[in-house]
Amino acid sequence: MSQIGVVTEQQGESRVAATPETVKVIISLGYDVVVEKGAGAKAAFPDSAYVDAGAKLASTADAWKSDLVLSVNAPTPANIKRLKKGAIFVGVLSPALKPQLLEQLAKQGVTALAMDAVPRISRAQSMDVLSSMANIAGYRAVIEAAHEFGRFFTGQVTAAGKVSPAKVLVAGAGVAGLAAIGSASSLGAIVRATDPRPEVADQVKSIGGEYLLVEVEEKMQSSDGYAKQTSEAYERRAAEIYSQQAADVDIIITTALIPGRPAPKLITAKDVSLMKPGSVIVDMAAAQGGNVAGSVAGERVVTKNGVIILGYTDLPSRLPAQSSQLYGTNLVNLLKLLTPKKNGKTVIDFKDVVQRSVTVVKAGKITWPPPLVQVSAAPVAKVEEVVMPQKKKISTRTMGALVAVGMAALVGLVSIAPAPLPQHFLVLMLSVVIGFYVIGKVHHALHTPLMSVTNAISGIVVVAAILQITDKILAVQILAAFGVLLASINIFGGFAVTRRMLKMFTRGDQR
Amino acid sequence: MTALAIANAAYLAAALLFIMSLAGLSKHETGSTGVRYGIAGMTIAMVATIWLTLSGEWNASTSLGLILLVIALIAGAIIGLWRAKVVAMTGMPELIALFHSFVGLTAVLVGWNGALHAGDLSPELVGVHRAEVFIGVFIGAVTFTGSIVAYLKLSAKISSKPLILPGRNLLNLFALAGFIALTVAYVMTPDLILLIAVTVLALVLGWHLVASIGGGDMPVVVSMLNSYSGWAAAATGFLLGNDLLIVTGALVGSSGAYLSYIMCKAMNRSFAAVIFGGYGIAAPTEGEEETGEHTETDAASVAELLSAAKTVVITPGYGMAVAQAQYPVAELAKRLREKGVDVRFGIHPVAGRLPGHMNVLLAEAKVPYDIVLEMDEINDDLASTNVVLVIGANDTVNPAATENPSSPIAGMPVLKVWEAENVIVFKRSMASGYAGVANPLFYKPNAKMLFGDAKDRVNDILKAI
Repeated sequence: MSQIGVVTEQQGESRVAATPETVKVIISLGYDVVVEKGAGAKAAFPDSAYVDAGAKLASTADAWKSDLVLSVNAPTPANIKRLKKGAIFVGVLSPALKPQLLEQLAKQGVTALAMDAVPRISRAQSMDVLSSMANIAGYRAVIEAAHEFGRFFTGQVTAAGKVSPAKVLVAGAGVAGLAAIGSASSLGAIVRATDPRPEVADQVKSIGGEYLLVEVEEKMQSSDGYAKQTSEAYERRAAEIYSQQAADVDIIITTALIPGRPAPKLITAKDVSLMKPGSVIVDMAAAQGGNVAGSVAGERVVTKNGVIILGYTDLPSRLPAQSSQLYGTNLVNLLKLLTPKKNGKTVIDFKDVVQRSVTVVKAGKITWPPPLVQVSAAPVAKVEEVVMPQKKKISTRTMGALVAVGMAALVGLVSIAPAPLPQHFLVLMLSVVIGFYVIGKVHHALHTPLMSVTNAISGIVVVAAILQITDKILAVQILAAFGVLLASINIFGGFAVTRRMLKMFTRGDQR
Repeated sequence: MTALAIANAAYLAAALLFIMSLAGLSKHETGSTGVRYGIAGMTIAMVATIWLTLSGEWNASTSLGLILLVIALIAGAIIGLWRAKVVAMTGMPELIALFHSFVGLTAVLVGWNGALHAGDLSPELVGVHRAEVFIGVFIGAVTFTGSIVAYLKLSAKISSKPLILPGRNLLNLFALAGFIALTVAYVMTPDLILLIAVTVLALVLGWHLVASIGGGDMPVVVSMLNSYSGWAAAATGFLLGNDLLIVTGALVGSSGAYLSYIMCKAMNRSFAAVIFGGYGIAAPTEGEEETGEHTETDAASVAELLSAAKTVVITPGYGMAVAQAQYPVAELAKRLREKGVDVRFGIHPVAGRLPGHMNVLLAEAKVPYDIVLEMDEINDDLASTNVVLVIGANDTVNPAATENPSSPIAGMPVLKVWEAENVIVFKRSMASGYAGVANPLFYKPNAKMLFGDAKDRVNDILKAI
């Protein structure tokens, strides 16, 4: 049985890698859990809650000595030294940006799993920390902006005058962007969004935003689920749109990131200068260089014309209880995958694309980058105009001809038929027509009772059998009696079962 | 005023009562009144007929007949009422199919009697009478064996897979041609051998017709047999010159035909295609298998999802009947409604094995009928629904029907469950549905699979809520 250690994060990080709730699940997978003293304090999870959940408290050194260490952020060089050989470290490692970190981990002879390297496939969604954190960050970005913004978001008509709603521009409609759009529009703001991938237009619309299409002769599709770098023509047109919007909107939230590269510059210094004083810009890409000219990572900057630029890089950490819970759940889902037998033994299977992708260092060897996983976040070969096969409609003319032929046949038949037959035909035809009209109005839910009633009624053949039962021939009488028996089963059974069924149907307000 | 005149007047009243009975069944509110009309009509018809029979000359045959009649009626009543009382609502399709077979067999017996005792007929009517005997026996016998096979298939006593004989359409055509030839021969020389031959021919035809239709097409088959049983009654009416039989037979016949039409429309297939062929042959599964990653979920998370939802739609299918899950499902619906969740049911017209089968099952479990909606009533609302529970349904919720023109079920109207925010599919395994068509619904990103017996799983959810 392995021991899992939950360690305290560095200064400035409020999140924790496991909450009392996720600790319970980890224990149910067969592990022992130790939590470094005070690890959850900043996220409002006291040590006692962890103990109640079944974890043991441990010193810093003991927690780092565990077989498997859960963390939010990458370890410091000092802490890497604390890891024991053969241990597994799980956290957000940014392997593409920090090659030296991987080297240090490899040198220590450990295995490192990067939560931010989970491939974007549906099966791995439950472990995708980038998505779960981006979701929180998007929400928090709106809250930060609202806090700085000196006005309402929603429009109101009050006794003290009319308040027009705030206008928000969200650049990039990924997970963070969509969360921001949703939060801003639920506060009542008018929200517009840009994104190089036109297929997100529907998603933007569905949560209350308006999608601004950058019209150029080129479509962007991504095969790995992330946006790619865009062409020059596109960028010129996009820049125009940003300038126009900057002059109009009150709040800009930028979320544009391209994996493994510096963030694209979307809002220029000129755009910022066009904005009204008191406007707020939240640059969610500040840590990767920023989407906005003049933004400083981790800082609040006020420009000369009174525009506030927020470059906070710790947005998820500002909602520590929530983000710890979601991050912890992401970790639990990964652990479930790594512990197929639920016996507290961790197995890393390189045949599984998820496990292969997250493993950036395996037992002292760097295994980053993993072989490329092709994911189809873009629509699979655009659905072409689907033409559904339709039944051929009979033309009015052929229909008319058919009716005429049928009529003629009927008239011919009846006119040569001897005495009682024509009357019988008349009765038959009229009854068929009546039958169709009467049945056509039957409620769909009553089809079964209808069938059982018609069943009972078709027991009317009993009349024929009764008429024959007093025949002079004994054989006829016996056959007729048998007929009466069968038909009466039908009549009594059919009516009885229909009554039983109809009694069961009750209206919602009748009970 | 003769006995016959009075009987005819009574027949008119009975015919009217039957029409009112069917009309009454069009709404829930008037349903039980409709049944009462039907019972009244039947009582009037039977009393009048018995009186008519007895009012004639009294002799030994009459007394024997009376005794036989009383015994048969009482025995029939006891058996019928007993069956009606004990049948489970999941067993309704079988019961109805079995009842159809009785009507068919009775029609055969009446036809035989008509042949054995022709009575006094004017010369020009003799030929007509013989033809009527044949038509009555033929329709009756087809109904009889057809219903028996349907009964066996529905009660799983035989496999519900379609029987595929080589050139089966040709066989059916031959049987029809044989029937016409035999009829002509019988009209010319009434030989008992011919009557036996036509009976056997019709019995075999009826058996083959239904044996070659698969289980999922059963709603059509049952309503078609309902129609046949009506035509059989109408044919005996012609034989005996009895207008009541003709009227009633025609009513039942057209009602069955109409139901079959509704069912066929719901499957986007022509009536002929259902009667003369199952899916399996029409479109073998092509190479392009729909595959993908499906996501599994568990009862606890579904319970959580349901508790957080505002609107829930449950779309049951035959699997719910098989698993007997209607009671827990109804309980789930009740609990969620008490929590203020808007729960509704969406019923595809061909869900189950009988028209309206799901409605009866849900009614049995005391689901109020005003939250049980038809496909057309609910389809537009699915896009704004938080959670859809697909319980034991497959083909009726298959997006391939609208998205993939090469799919065997292309064009079939389906419940658009995939438009909802979340879809939970209750299923025993990843196997295809009745139509043998893979269901891309399972691989949609908003769909999650909950494997296992539907009843157990729903109970698990109930516990977790």
